[in-house]
Amino acid sequence: MNAPAGQNPEVLSARADFPLLARPMHGRPLAFLDSAASAQKPHVVLDSLRDFYESEYANVHRGVYLLSAQATDRYEAARETVQRFLNASRSEEIVFTRGATEAINLVAESLGRSGRFEPGDEVVLTVLEHHSNIVPWQLMRDATGVRIRAAADAAGNVDVDAVFREVSDRTRLIAFSHVSNTTGTVLPAREICRRARERGILTLVDGCQAVPHAAVDVQDLACDFYTFSGHKLYGPSGIGALFGRHDLLASLPPWQGGGSMIEEVTFERTTYAPPPARYEAGTPNIAGAVGLAAAIDYVRGFGSEAIRRHEDAVLKYGVDRLDAVDEVRLIGTPAERAGSISFVVDGVHPHDVGTVLDTEGVAVRVGHHCAQPAMRHFGVPATIRASLGIYTHVADFDALADGLGKVRELFRL
Amino acid sequence: MNDLRDLYQEVILDHSRNPRNAGRLEEPSGTAKGHNPLCGDLITLDVLVEDGTIRDVSFDARGCAISVATASIMSDMLKGRSLAEAHDLFQRFQDMLTGPTAAAEGLDKLEVLAGVREFPMRVKCATLPFHTLRAALDNESGTVQTE
Repeated sequence: MNAPAGQNPEVLSARADFPLLARPMHGRPLAFLDSAASAQKPHVVLDSLRDFYESEYANVHRGVYLLSAQATDRYEAARETVQRFLNASRSEEIVFTRGATEAINLVAESLGRSGRFEPGDEVVLTVLEHHSNIVPWQLMRDATGVRIRAAADAAGNVDVDAVFREVSDRTRLIAFSHVSNTTGTVLPAREICRRARERGILTLVDGCQAVPHAAVDVQDLACDFYTFSGHKLYGPSGIGALFGRHDLLASLPPWQGGGSMIEEVTFERTTYAPPPARYEAGTPNIAGAVGLAAAIDYVRGFGSEAIRRHEDAVLKYGVDRLDAVDEVRLIGTPAERAGSISFVVDGVHPHDVGTVLDTEGVAVRVGHHCAQPAMRHFGVPATIRASLGIYTHVADFDALADGLGKVRELFRL
Repeated sequence: MNDLRDLYQEVILDHSRNPRNAGRLEEPSGTAKGHNPLCGDLITLDVLVEDGTIRDVSFDARGCAISVATASIMSDMLKGRSLAEAHDLFQRFQDMLTGPTAAAEGLDKLEVLAGVREFPMRVKCATLPFHTLRAALDNESGTVQTE
């Protein structure tokens, strides 16, 4: 098949920025199709970490010495980079976390302690959610007595109507993925958040699978919380960010206690720092924040439009190649797709498919993708997921299709 | 490709597609569930033990070719064996897959699974039926997990 139009030469050349992708796998070129699990890292991110540790590292918000002041500046500049990336109105609305999982736990824990939720109140999720956007709410449910509802239409898609069918007068919060990590479905985040706001319902958007592929504007979305993980955005692991509307962050109680998050501590009583410090107890992942900022600068250098065009073209090519294999059945039929394609091969378990593909140098994720309710919804125990990044070329999907040919041969389909 | 052909031999494909002893026993003396959370393999295994001898084994499995084929071959081999022999078989099987020498002595038909040794990520698929068997023989409650 011919390479599709829409591939921007500048984006095509991005592959050379990622040293790991040059590593042969089982004697073949690596076709890395697991960026939705974690993306590879470009030189500029790796260099930023080394440079920071070699010449500017010290703890932040502590010392009066120059190094500490410089490290603090770099850390706070990284916060401003995230602020601009999400178009938040002020940098105090950005809290650094370990990743999206920690951010959702933070929100669930703080909301749970805030007294805003009463027994019988409802939290609406969708069937497509990652476990990280399910289990924290179950922990909160156990503490507050709220009920959890899950939205989807019969086909497993989540549109505005499907979400609001689950909404009642008792709904206090809607928490959903901007893009599904399993099916690549893009959810209508703006419509959901705006309708929720009209009804006084809080929204949390898990943007892990969205920010690597498209520009996000939290003011335009009108969400109350938005989160993403750095490692899926070509940044280091162990760093992520939470956007929270300032009046909410300023009024909610902290979720972890320790250094940095206080104003004054006595044995009788402690007063808390304003956000974002209130939610950043202990020494943060300082270099991680610096590396994340480098990753954001890297992505912004291409522009989200160019990235989207390139990835859409590669993704469409991938869907077409997979569709052409007789035994392949795509899971999920999103009207709009970003990042991921899930499929099964009839007659062969995904785990066996994954092993065969691995020996062909093709790295895909097989399993339930931390979304067991979604698997149950689609009636499959597991799927094979091919997901892409800025460095993915159509050749990676050629390798996948060839690998599936090997699967058919070995299993005599 | 050669390693793959060793892994997915005809016998293994056959057992995974037409597992022997599939189903449930009416009155088992022991039952256990096994789960491999990594890939979602799920097996429910029944045993009937009389006077220290395994009279019957049956299982329901939903999983990859390796785990289903292992359960199928294992169940065929266990009938008529003593509990000590069953434990010995598990030990030998584990040694073949992860031990220093890959010796397949006394493993009989299970020897076709020797190729799993070259795929460390898949060893748990092959050992899941045995872990589940051991739990069923002990009639432990709960679910055995490989993780």
